[in-house]
Amino acid sequence: MIKDLITPQNANVFVGKLGDILEKAIDKPLGYAINWGRIWSLWPVHIETACCSVEFGAASSPRYDVERFGIIEAFGSLRQCDLIVVQGTITRKMAPRLRLVYDQMPEPKYVIAMGACAITGGLYFDSYNVLPGIDGVLPVDVYVPGCPPRPETLIQGCMLLQEKIKRMKARKYV
Amino acid sequence: MNPELPPGLALQKVDERIMTLNVGPQHPGSGHMRIIVQIDGDFIVACDPDPGYVHRGEEKMAEYRNYITNIPHLERPVIHDSCNVLYPYVLGVEEILGIEVPERAKYIRVIASELNRCIYTMYWLAIYGIFLGHSTMFMWPAGDRELLIDLMEKMTGARVTHAHFVPGGVRNDLPPNFEDVCLRQVNYFEKRIKEYAAIFYDNPILIARTKDTGILSRQDAIRLGTTGSVLRASGVDYDLRKKEPYDVYEELDVHTNVMKEGDSYARSKVPWLDMLESCAIIRQALQKMPKSGSVRVKLKPNPKGKGLDSVYKRVESGRGSLGCYIVSDAKPEPYRVKMSVGSFRNLIALPYLLKGEKLGNMPSVYWSLNYWPVEADR
Amino acid sequence: MSSDSENEQIETTSDVEPASKATPPAKEIELPKFEKGIADKITEKFGSKTKVAFVKPDRVRIDVGRDDIKEVAEFLRDVLNFDHAESVSGVDYPQDKEIEVVYHLGSYTDPSLSRQILVLTTRAQREENPIPGNDSTKLPSLREIFYSVEFHEREIFEMFGVYFQGHPDNRRLLLPEDWADLPPLRKDFAIKGR
Repeated sequence: MIKDLITPQNANVFVGKLGDILEKAIDKPLGYAINWGRIWSLWPVHIETACCSVEFGAASSPRYDVERFGIIEAFGSLRQCDLIVVQGTITRKMAPRLRLVYDQMPEPKYVIAMGACAITGGLYFDSYNVLPGIDGVLPVDVYVPGCPPRPETLIQGCMLLQEKIKRMKARKYV
Repeated sequence: MNPELPPGLALQKVDERIMTLNVGPQHPGSGHMRIIVQIDGDFIVACDPDPGYVHRGEEKMAEYRNYITNIPHLERPVIHDSCNVLYPYVLGVEEILGIEVPERAKYIRVIASELNRCIYTMYWLAIYGIFLGHSTMFMWPAGDRELLIDLMEKMTGARVTHAHFVPGGVRNDLPPNFEDVCLRQVNYFEKRIKEYAAIFYDNPILIARTKDTGILSRQDAIRLGTTGSVLRASGVDYDLRKKEPYDVYEELDVHTNVMKEGDSYARSKVPWLDMLESCAIIRQALQKMPKSGSVRVKLKPNPKGKGLDSVYKRVESGRGSLGCYIVSDAKPEPYRVKMSVGSFRNLIALPYLLKGEKLGNMPSVYWSLNYWPVEADR
Repeated sequence: MSSDSENEQIETTSDVEPASKATPPAKEIELPKFEKGIADKITEKFGSKTKVAFVKPDRVRIDVGRDDIKEVAEFLRDVLNFDHAESVSGVDYPQDKEIEVVYHLGSYTDPSLSRQILVLTTRAQREENPIPGNDSTKLPSLREIFYSVEFHEREIFEMFGVYFQGHPDNRRLLLPEDWADLPPLRKDFAIKGR
């Protein structure tokens, strides 16, 4: 009976449905496994936007070593990245480029706003060329305050992001 | 060509053979700027640097803040060299307001700015290692600079943004027992950076990649007005600590390092030699510093300038001569503040150096200019 | 611009002895000799075309009209050995209807000048409604004389709207490509909330 239902035309639909059914059946363990895979391989894009990149660099230095939390130091190709750390001030010239970079990244992707400038504009709240925070450009997951944040703060922000991913629904992107 | 793209992002085709490449701002070898290069095969025909991605309008903001509240945001262009970037501004304000600085404060300033120069150069060296694909050269300097950051943290209370220099001295006196700790750390630091010669500067791969690339002749270096290590690597013996000594550099024995080659290798080696020199200066300053005394002159609240006046002060920062032009009038805010920074002055050499160079040499030539994009854009 | 204080200083520079007796502050008496020599050489050559605004230790400031600036700059480079520009800055004076462009010149080749900065200033006409590049705010470019001013003059062009005639590359440098407001460093450009 099932054999009659499956034709070459709708085979793909059946396979897709099967995936849905499987996922619904073992949603929790599968989602956990997927998320577990995600949190230990957060690869940030190599885009520096302002002076917080100094502390981002220090965070991957031997003393702080973010790599032990599964965050590899900034990575070359954005096609393989799933995390974008906005390192400080976003100027009007940088904002369209930042959005372009974000749009090119594959799903799922997460955003950390690092530093006071990325959160609200910080010290440059009244400058003519600085955006008052990046909320209008990117959907931010975690805010890391400080001017600049110490590497420990950045690491804590990354761990908070990992907590957040753990509780997210993995299916949204599957 | 996609019409929806903003004007600066569109690609343009110049010739059948010549291709235009946008390197940056998202590129491991560009930093916070874009370098538009035109290549013929593997060789660069023309290069057009496009800075301004971190232009935050510091100079405009400075006109709306008074002389003291200008301090925190004027050090932000180079947060890992924040003492040096603030130094000319503070010297200029002291001249405008007519303040004499206590002797001990001058020595503390020299120690702080030399420590900061080392911190800056170590970060620069770490990124240079990354640009050349030399991971060890990222890890070693990035780890060793934490030693000096610890010292600065003891001295000022902050890791990178110190805001330690104020008109009239420094914000705080040294913590107890600082001299001994500083001497010990600096001695160890010097021993460490001497080891870099074996892994980096005598490394045949580095020599093959940087020797005889991007040669800047002596005449060109002078004509283009380059400064700092770029100038000294081209054979011009010019260091403001020696030529126009500010604060107590007159009493210290400063030796400048000059190389004649003018290629990327020389430009990458001069800052390292300068760091060794900085260690010697710190040791001298620790020895000659008065053991006690005031470190800060009390200012009146909201100090005002005396009338229309202008000052141009300059210091030797990690990236070369750093000048600050302050125009004051009889108000608590400066009328105009202009920072003439070494990065911006060295950037002009980039198109000259990259012409005829291979594309693969671009990162090494570019970063050897001792360039920090955030400072150039201000 | 308060012209009073400047005029006083000019008088003291032109003839030192009588002025120092007339004015009590002791600072005015000892004008640095070497710097005075530089200023004298320039006034000797150009006379009333140039105006020595001040002579301070290591700093000499000379005001030049916009027509003579190229001539003076060439003299500074060829005869007095100033070989590069340290910085070029603009200052806006809306009440004078002028924009001042300040060149800080230094020397690498002449060891006796290594401490000196020669401040060369000129003024461009300022318009209330600027159209950068197409109005009367224009100055001759010094790029042919000092190569190092190239990027600095591009910066002044976008920040103040001063067009440099003879500059090969008058394009925007730091501001975004779609900037359509006033040049930001002019005094009538107000920033947020101020």
